[in-house]
Amino acid sequence: MANKVDYKVFANWIVNGASVLDLGCGDGELISFLTKTKGIRAQGIELNEQAIVRCVSAGLSVIQQDIDTGLSEYGDNSFDYVIINQTIQQVKKPDFGLQEAMRVGRKVIVGIPNFAHYKARASIFFRGRVPVTQSLPFQWYDTPNLHFLSLLDFKDYCKNKSITIERAFYKSGNRQVKLLPNLLAEFGYFLLSKT
Amino acid sequence: MLLESGEKLGPVTLAYETFGELNADKTNSILVCHALTGDSHVAEPDGWWSDLIGFGKGIDTDKYQVICSNVVGGCRGTTGPSSINPKTGKPYGTDFPLVTIGDMVNAQRYLIDHLGIKKLLSVVGGSMGGMQVLQWMVSYPERIRSAVPIATTLKHTPQQIAFNEVGRQAVMADPDWQKGNYYGKTIPAKGLAIARMIGHITYMSDVSMAEKFGRKFRVDKTQFKFQPEFEVEGYLRNRGDSFVRRFDANSYLYVTKAIDYFNILNGHELSNVFKRLKAKVLVIAFKSDWLYPTYQSQEIVKACKLGGVEASYCEVNSTYGHDAFLLETEQETALISNFLKGVSNGEV
Repeated sequence: MANKVDYKVFANWIVNGASVLDLGCGDGELISFLTKTKGIRAQGIELNEQAIVRCVSAGLSVIQQDIDTGLSEYGDNSFDYVIINQTIQQVKKPDFGLQEAMRVGRKVIVGIPNFAHYKARASIFFRGRVPVTQSLPFQWYDTPNLHFLSLLDFKDYCKNKSITIERAFYKSGNRQVKLLPNLLAEFGYFLLSKT
Repeated sequence: MLLESGEKLGPVTLAYETFGELNADKTNSILVCHALTGDSHVAEPDGWWSDLIGFGKGIDTDKYQVICSNVVGGCRGTTGPSSINPKTGKPYGTDFPLVTIGDMVNAQRYLIDHLGIKKLLSVVGGSMGGMQVLQWMVSYPERIRSAVPIATTLKHTPQQIAFNEVGRQAVMADPDWQKGNYYGKTIPAKGLAIARMIGHITYMSDVSMAEKFGRKFRVDKTQFKFQPEFEVEGYLRNRGDSFVRRFDANSYLYVTKAIDYFNILNGHELSNVFKRLKAKVLVIAFKSDWLYPTYQSQEIVKACKLGGVEASYCEVNSTYGHDAFLLETEQETALISNFLKGVSNGEV
């Protein structure tokens, strides 16, 4: 897991010993990594019971809750960072979720899959079919993704909501993408702060 | 000891058992708190939580020392209404003072002091045992490194009080109860058995009862004599009858009252009830538990969140109802054993 280029980016963005809330933390791989490398104090929120058990096995604190509702109980700026990695496109109300994350965290890190990646575009344009790619591996009838957005869509969103994008990082596979990210990157990562 | 009511109770006998060895620096002790009708015999083949606690189990007595004491007000060796009142030389009966969950926990703290343990590795319990865990988190936060409240609540609700009250009324309506002065005479067996039957219904779920009993008859021909015909009737009667042989009716009244009085928020805001707590917390609830529904465990988690307490929460998928905390030991084992490993590997 330490090889994942995005994890290394997170580790660069987060200061040592920070308090971190990971929304949709899954098995807790990311916060485990950040606990070891950055000494963060981590709290996870996750819906899946078996994932909770695996988090607890890894010594992590994780609460079984729906992130569509779970943040209201935290006060403003309760955490140095709130991480929403590969989750925001799966929640019912992403706008509400992001606003809540911005309220609860001093800074927010968002990781999203890019639905405007050239392979996805090609699938629609040439094949006439909704993309099923390595980075978007789900059939339309069996996908957890409720919302489809591109990297530019997300940037527009931040602009409209007066959210500052402090840093951004794009990758394809396990490599950084610098050129034409909205076309060539499969994933985008953003470090956000309040304006 | 001085009780929360302001009354004094003494001398107090505290009956307890330990399982496993205390390590040299006295850092591996886990206090297990029992529920309404439980006792200190928590482990070993015939213990009430032996699927979870024992050698090689979820709470491994090879690694940890498990301590379990009988609650004040109970009837399994610790001072309660059936004990002799030193002033009269007779059993206390209803002269026994009102006791609370706080009093039960204070008595446990005396025991921990007596055993020379400065800090418990963990305090674990379900239902009323979970209330004691919450009380430890509030009364003695500096004495615990972690806490595991299971299938419990921050405060008893009207519905929960109502079920307890029906149980108490059943006991007190039994002519043999004699205002609590039945010791040495006929015990109020019928009333106590009915109280237990009501209790058992609330510990199960619609689904678990359907699976366990269905509409099965225990006799071939129905005779319509109001004898127990359905399996479920026979089960409840058996449970009631066996209960009266091991439990004192007055203790049932006192301990259910202690549960009803329980409100850990008494005078506290939800946001600062756990403010002094540095321990790690694992909250466990069960989806089909309608006596202590999951929203009540979520309230505990909410209080942890607001208080900045490191907390984990798991809602276990189970059909057993409230009884799940005694039966879903596989998932509890996975959660608790790993949680304890994390706590014991952490800093003291």
